[in-house]
Amino acid sequence: MDLNKRYTPQTWPDHPETATLEGKNKFVGFWLLLAAETVTFASLFATYLALKDKGPSGMEFSAAGLFELPLVFAMTMILLTSSLTSVYAIYHMKNHNFKAMQAWLGITVLLGLAFLGLEIYEFNHYVHLGFGYTNSAFSSAFYTLVGTHGAHVVFGLSWFIALMIRNAKRGLNMYNAPKFYLAALYWHFIDVVWVFIFTVVYLMGVIG
Amino acid sequence: MSSNSQKKGFGATIWDYLTTVDHKKIAILYLISGGFFFLVGGVEAMLIRIQLMKAGNDFLSAGTYNEVLTMHGTTMIFLAAMPILLAFMNAVSPLQIGARDVAFPFLNSLGFWLFFFGGVFLNLSWFLGGAPDAGWTNYASLALASEGHGIDFYSLGLTISGFGTLIAGINFLVTIINMRAPGMTYMRMPLFTWTTFVASALILLAFPPLTVGIFFMVFDRLFGANFFDVTMGGNTIIWEHFFWIFGHPEVYILVLPAFGIFSEIFAIFSRKRLFGYTALVFATILIGFYGFMVWAHHMFTVGLGPTANAVFALATMIIAVPTGIKIFNWLLTIWGGSISFTVPMIYAVAFIPSFVAGGVTGVMQAIAPLDYQLHDSYFIVAHFHYVIVGGVVLAILAGTHLYWPKMFGTMLSEKLGKWTFWFFFIGFHLTFFIQHFLGLMGMPRRVYTFGADQGWDLFNAISSVGALFMAIGVIILLVNVVMTVAKNERVGNDPWGDGRTLEWAIPSPPPFYNFAQTPLVRGLDPYWIEKMEGNKEGMVYAEPLGDIHMPNGSFIPFVISLGMFIASFGAMYFMDDKAWALPVLIGGLAITFGSMLVRSLKDDLGFHVTKEELIADNERIQREARALEGGKKGGLK
Repeated sequence: MDLNKRYTPQTWPDHPETATLEGKNKFVGFWLLLAAETVTFASLFATYLALKDKGPSGMEFSAAGLFELPLVFAMTMILLTSSLTSVYAIYHMKNHNFKAMQAWLGITVLLGLAFLGLEIYEFNHYVHLGFGYTNSAFSSAFYTLVGTHGAHVVFGLSWFIALMIRNAKRGLNMYNAPKFYLAALYWHFIDVVWVFIFTVVYLMGVIG
Repeated sequence: MSSNSQKKGFGATIWDYLTTVDHKKIAILYLISGGFFFLVGGVEAMLIRIQLMKAGNDFLSAGTYNEVLTMHGTTMIFLAAMPILLAFMNAVSPLQIGARDVAFPFLNSLGFWLFFFGGVFLNLSWFLGGAPDAGWTNYASLALASEGHGIDFYSLGLTISGFGTLIAGINFLVTIINMRAPGMTYMRMPLFTWTTFVASALILLAFPPLTVGIFFMVFDRLFGANFFDVTMGGNTIIWEHFFWIFGHPEVYILVLPAFGIFSEIFAIFSRKRLFGYTALVFATILIGFYGFMVWAHHMFTVGLGPTANAVFALATMIIAVPTGIKIFNWLLTIWGGSISFTVPMIYAVAFIPSFVAGGVTGVMQAIAPLDYQLHDSYFIVAHFHYVIVGGVVLAILAGTHLYWPKMFGTMLSEKLGKWTFWFFFIGFHLTFFIQHFLGLMGMPRRVYTFGADQGWDLFNAISSVGALFMAIGVIILLVNVVMTVAKNERVGNDPWGDGRTLEWAIPSPPPFYNFAQTPLVRGLDPYWIEKMEGNKEGMVYAEPLGDIHMPNGSFIPFVISLGMFIASFGAMYFMDDKAWALPVLIGGLAITFGSMLVRSLKDDLGFHVTKEELIADNERIQREARALEGGKKGGLK
């Protein structure tokens, strides 16, 4: 692969992420990794549902009493929006518009950081209420499920930032196009998992 | 880069293997380390049989016996059987589909080193305060109460090696989906590649639940979480579910590649196309599919209720159908064939009745009410050893003989191979057949001793003698390996003379780029087709000779794995309030993620083997082949 080959929007392939064998392999491999991730989160959800509201006798915490929807709704909206902005980024990647792609990725990262900040605030709030990680089976299952998602957010953000800085000077080529595409794919997956967390943990939790 | 024919110093060879991304060298690494752990697990098995040789024996203490028993199971499954099968998958399946390497050579190397460091970490427990002692299933109710760090060695070691296996699984899936040579359609893939494919899919979906379960175990024991602690609202059955959601597919992860190896052997040494190829493929897929729906048959006595037990009992019985289809296909492949009883073929023929015996006792246990009687008795021990030894280990031994020439370019001695076979085969049945009756007589599994008045003396003594026979067989195999390496008699492309698939069309061992020109596949058993049509050149090609793109070697996989290895020590001693634990944990993770970042940011475009180098290399290969012809004929007959 020649990194110095210059492309224009006219010579840039329609699907740069799968235009090379390396790209195709990464594309298929990453989807398979997401399958494994899906099983991982399914296991965490199953555990959470089994241990929801379970604790030592006389535990004061329950999902219905603990969670508050306004904050979580804001987090959901922020993360959903960041998924949309990453779509715009990939749209511009496919049109070989590097600057617009970087700009939209930058917005995506900012939204992701905002989400992360709110999540840290939320966890901190619960811990101050006495709902620590070791408090009960319920708290362990809650923090492990939502925290694993949070760790994925951190990883996804680090990935975006590393790609943006690394390629800031040299623009798009066939070597890094699949990388941008897969980072965005990963971001969508994180978003989908959050939709399930919002539904299963928070909505169903508040309903009781 | 046509330096692969030059002699290298010892240090350079070591560095080459530490940094290699070549699937053939990684296969050798898997074979050596898997073989080493196989010997370790074998010694542990011998200790068990010595302890149970007579009533009231005090060779091992009760606590040590628990450790030996746990490590025997864990080592054999995770560190011996799976890596050795991964060795064959690496060595053979890319060649069988006409690929020059796997889809992710870097990840292939990373997968190996993760497995290696995980295995080393687990076994270091012997020297650092005691091995895990809650059985290979590590049930939470036992494991949470286990003192010392044995269980933590189990959890963290299996986490690391589990990541390695998951990576290997994804790699093979993508390789087989994307990198088949022109004409190699799915329904022309050799059975070993098919079973690699399905086993990889099982790895992909079965390992995450294990990883999640193990993480819960780590968090419960080291960081104060409460997943399994009933007094804190936890539920100890969650572990059992996750373990068996992984554990049952794991059985098929092991046995499907074994089926694949035997399918190759039956076709080669009966000199016949596999009978019912299509049925064999679909039986493989069905077994993989059903493999995920039967896990609770390990938990009939837990108390899930009659409905759950009935559903899982039926699902378990259904699995016997595709397996039976395979058995009949193999029998009909042999039927009317021109059979040559080489060592691999003897193993394959011996495998059929041995494995059927294990399958039949399996269906017996699928009957839930009967399982209440058999549960936790030696009948179970006999059953799963018939399946694992009679299926997987026989396949590993057969595969070692079959693929040794392709991996190393020399032939293992047939004569010594037959000695190994007879000692191992007789020893295997002597050890385990009688354990069925011990189980029916009421001997529970996992006990470190028994009383003289219980009437189990004679059968246990016979069983221990059988184990000795197996050990002798393995020692003869080691002698065989040493002698073969020392003699170093080179063989040609197709040393068995009847190879059918693409790996036998290229030199043994193949050049690092495998195929100078990508072959054109014209049907099932492509090399056999060319041979039958009198093609002297070996194959027809799908492309003209030209430059080949190959990946660069890298030391980063080793460093990533080393970082996780270091971090595991930090995590483990965290609960002992050791001041150095947290820095070690963070430092190890920093090494891992730092080297991942370096890998991500540094361009690694690989290199090209030029057409001129290929021509020169081809002349060398031709020269060596002529020298071989001039000497004595390589291989059989």
